[in-house]
Amino acid sequence: MDLNSLDDLYRDAILDHRRTPRNREVIDNPGSAAHAINPFCGDEVNLQLIFTKDRLDQVGAQAIGCSINQATTSMLSEAIVGKSTLEIRRLAKSFESMMRGADPDDEALKTMEDLPQLKGVREYPVRIKCALLSWSALEDALPNAVI
Amino acid sequence: MATQAASAQPSLDVARIREDFPILNRMVYGKPLVYLDNAATSQKPRSVIESLVDYYENYNANVHRGVHSLSMEATDAMEAARTKVAKFVGAETDECIIWTRNATESLNLVAHTWARAHVHEGDEIVTTPMEHHSNLVPWQELAIAKGAKLRFLPMTDEGTLDLTAVDSVISKRTKLVAVTQASNSLGTINPVEELAQAAHAHGAKILVDGAQSAPHMPVNVQDLGADFFAFSGHKMMGPTGIGALYTKREILDEMEPLLTGGEMVLQVTYEKASWADLPMRFEAGTPNIADAIAFGVATDYLNNLGMDNVRKHEESLTEYALERFSQIKEFTVFGPRSVELRGGIISFHNENLHPHDLGTYLDRQGIAIRTGHHCTMPLMGKLGVPATARASLYVYNTEAEIDCLIEAINGALRYFRNGS
Repeated sequence: MDLNSLDDLYRDAILDHRRTPRNREVIDNPGSAAHAINPFCGDEVNLQLIFTKDRLDQVGAQAIGCSINQATTSMLSEAIVGKSTLEIRRLAKSFESMMRGADPDDEALKTMEDLPQLKGVREYPVRIKCALLSWSALEDALPNAVI
Repeated sequence: MATQAASAQPSLDVARIREDFPILNRMVYGKPLVYLDNAATSQKPRSVIESLVDYYENYNANVHRGVHSLSMEATDAMEAARTKVAKFVGAETDECIIWTRNATESLNLVAHTWARAHVHEGDEIVTTPMEHHSNLVPWQELAIAKGAKLRFLPMTDEGTLDLTAVDSVISKRTKLVAVTQASNSLGTINPVEELAQAAHAHGAKILVDGAQSAPHMPVNVQDLGADFFAFSGHKMMGPTGIGALYTKREILDEMEPLLTGGEMVLQVTYEKASWADLPMRFEAGTPNIADAIAFGVATDYLNNLGMDNVRKHEESLTEYALERFSQIKEFTVFGPRSVELRGGIISFHNENLHPHDLGTYLDRQGIAIRTGHHCTMPLMGKLGVPATARASLYVYNTEAEIDCLIEAINGALRYFRNGS
């Protein structure tokens, strides 16, 4: 059986984030919040953000659905804390480029924390949308956050 | 034709049947393909595939009105296919069968023609909570457009219709009962005859979505009492892109066409046109000739197996699969437990193993299942799950393949529990 290649998708870090999602607690009265749903599989992501000055101070991130969605949401929540909206947008761009096939450069890698572990998803084109759902929630949450 | 189906026997020789399906020799990730996504589309026997090649290589021509040999041959073959398909579902005459692209188009054809003309403000359309979106959304749209009301027959916890409610839901306000004969998510087989009687008792018509029933069990639209019966070729061993709508002759005679143009007219002046006879009145433009002919060949193949035999094989396979599933306590299996009440569609769910993760894992072992909401989003809500995994069987599937599935599901449970 081809479990080796399956391991490229479900790496230890991914299974770890799925089992113990980071920042899972819901933040009451957040500065901004967003909800994204994938109508094709029913997967959902809820994000709550609190910025202090111009940096993200707290994040609440709850994902319902498959391992890839849950792990991405958890990894994303870790990676965005402490960043400015500009840096978060750059991070989102690096992640999307990675999903499209471009490996992140060293500078991008420094900002991505566990997210590069999701590189293996690229080999499973139908699952890429699972890794992008939380980013679409993030995009919706961001503009409000800076106002 | 070089190939022929395994001859009809009281019990089918599945190994022999499998030889008729070239794709079943395929390997996926180095494993033999285990194809359990038949509710989405079935595989095709060699005779169907060869009939497509035969048409394009030997008598490809446009049908009707042609005076040359090829056109006449193509016309004869397509009309012979209509006869075969009409017989397959027990239609009273060939003209009752209209070619469409698929069951969805058949259902929409009824919604946009007969129903537009007969459903008015305050009327009711009765359907069920287990309909495919294709037999729900057209009625929602119609209800909105007409100011009509959509009502639902209630469903039991086991996923069967609660027939005690029929008399309170179907009434003199009902104009149409739109119901699936077999649910694509639960496998449930609905008692269409009883619903047809209830509908007719109140002067309503009944439309049956046969997409998941016609491929798997003997169907006779007249015995069912169906006024409309929609089905797809590709789910019953035919090619994609061809489906059919059966309509009771007396209804069809008064139905206005949806599409107008070539082929469907009798006489045309610059000012106006009159319609051609049935069934061409509903088939504007060049039809899907090759696929219609191949659809006919698919019904030949199924007839040769015998639909009773097909049903029996699937009943016994479903019984076996349900028994094996009952041994995996981590999974909830939806739909009725009794195989008399269901077809070979098995939807299952585990809270800790998302269907997409399971589907990806199984794919790596050559096993094709479907994951998601199966175009029944409201039903998923009712079941309290965002999505399910679904294994759907056909006559070429075996107990060994069910064993393979069960073993792989157990493997997936271990994999995602332990992470390796």
